[in-house]
Amino acid sequence: MMFIDPHAHMISRTTDDYEAMAAAGVVALIEPAFWLGQPRTYVGSYIDYLSHIVGFERFRAGQFGIRHYCTIGLNSKEANNQELAEGVMEILPRFALKEAVVAIGEIGYDEQTELEDKYFRLQLDLAKELALPVMIHTPHRDKKRGTSRSMDVCLEHGLDPAMVVVDHNNEETVREVLDRGFWAAFSIYPSTKMGNARMVEILRQYGAERIIVDSACDWGISDPLGVPKTARLALDSGVPEEHVRLACYQNALSAYGQSGQIKEDDWLNPPAIDQRTLYEGNSVLRGGREARIEEPGAQRGMDKLIIE
Amino acid sequence: MGTPTDLLHEWLSRRVSEQSLEWLDGQLGKLRDASGDRDLVITLGMIPRRLGKDDLNLSAGDLAAADAARPGWDPSLWTIETAARVLALLAFSGNEAAFLDAYKELCRSADVAEAIALYAGLPLYPAPEKLVDQAGEGLRGNVRAVFEAVAHRNPYPREQFDENRWNQMVLKALFIGSTLDPIQGLDDRANPVLARIMCDYAHERWAAGRQITPEIWRCVGPFAEGDMIADLKRVAGSSDPQERSAAALALTASGAPEAKAILVGLTAESAALEAGTLRWKDVVPA
Repeated sequence: MMFIDPHAHMISRTTDDYEAMAAAGVVALIEPAFWLGQPRTYVGSYIDYLSHIVGFERFRAGQFGIRHYCTIGLNSKEANNQELAEGVMEILPRFALKEAVVAIGEIGYDEQTELEDKYFRLQLDLAKELALPVMIHTPHRDKKRGTSRSMDVCLEHGLDPAMVVVDHNNEETVREVLDRGFWAAFSIYPSTKMGNARMVEILRQYGAERIIVDSACDWGISDPLGVPKTARLALDSGVPEEHVRLACYQNALSAYGQSGQIKEDDWLNPPAIDQRTLYEGNSVLRGGREARIEEPGAQRGMDKLIIE
Repeated sequence: MGTPTDLLHEWLSRRVSEQSLEWLDGQLGKLRDASGDRDLVITLGMIPRRLGKDDLNLSAGDLAAADAARPGWDPSLWTIETAARVLALLAFSGNEAAFLDAYKELCRSADVAEAIALYAGLPLYPAPEKLVDQAGEGLRGNVRAVFEAVAHRNPYPREQFDENRWNQMVLKALFIGSTLDPIQGLDDRANPVLARIMCDYAHERWAAGRQITPEIWRCVGPFAEGDMIADLKRVAGSSDPQERSAAALALTASGAPEAKAILVGLTAESAALEAGTLRWKDVVPA
């Protein structure tokens, strides 16, 4: 089974993670622009970060046979630094049209301040202008109201719910998101967001129409195999295979495919130019070592003692 | 004889739809009179969406015309998007100062395909001597395709790089698994410092029990003496036919009498050299 992880902050992850993801069947992933764990204080840092996720990180993923896409946006936390936010808004159009940018995101609310609201709205207008989908980060705190408000504002700005993925849902928010016609994404992230046994229950209860599973793996204690592990658990629990395929692969492709920047052919039938530049799978790594997809975890622990 | 701009336009007109060409011509018109770089950024971003990313697939005649228009210009591996992006950059380059500023900014925020176009176009831009540092930036990353946009099939490095930058480029090609044969001017710009660097590198690899590309000896041959000859002798004794071929080619380039003595032992390779059937491109790793 092929999987897409439509929310993975690979800039914070290691090559071991890429190897494990590839071995588990992840063929493509989407890296949303986000907060790095501490605030950036200059627009220059933001420019370099966006360059990194459209450039080097995409190349790095390709070395493991994984296609890398990203979303471009000003996250809600950093929207509260007005000087930074103004600078970022100015440079976003420069990045939003880069190759493999599949959405404006992840944008939305954190503390639901006025500044967060202002820059959320400006970015919704930008997404509309560029005909790009939107990836919404719903707040950790006051999630239920924050989620409703995010959708209200999208509709107020004339966005089609079919172009908007609302992420980090839980049992309390999913019903309203689906009822209003948005895509509902769930982050399988230990301790704080969604667990995969709970996710299986959601799939049982709601089916898989417009439901998307992701890992949101980042610099915290998180699991880059969130999507394949959820798929396995769902299949073992008797969820129909087609539902698993929709939630762990097809729906992300359908939602973000509306950007014109992600297609199944990218990994099933990659164009020659991409194979020469970005998608080698068996390319020579730094230091001239052949890339090898190893057993997940083969690099971890003390049992593999020889380092050549 | 056509200018590079004429040629690029002609090749693109053969490969893209009338509608796409009309859009491109409209953008090029805007860029010729542009004051800021906003139109340029948008044009570069939209090109692959409007024109596609297929290979240009130039004929031998096209490539001859390219070389006649600008000696050393080799667009044999260019794609439609690279050609159109370089065309857009050339349209914008009328104001040299504005172009130099924009070029640096564009390189800073380029995605991989954009970076390839920005660097592949180096032989065609105005004021080439002012772009050397930026070309050096193109060699600093680990994305092989971007590195090769500067280093391979490009006359710019041989014309503009000082010896240290040149040597670092050739050496780095080996570190990122690239090849040397497509570097223009490799033999003309060979130098004793690079020969020594390459021998030192070979010793590092041997100490680590790691493979080494036979192409490395191309940089050593013309300056081989003393312990370098001993290194070539070691390679000449290899069980790998490509290594022996590389040793024969390198020893032939050396004027040292000891080199001739080692060559005598390489009978098959020497015969191939005599017959003209052994060239450096035959020892490029697949």
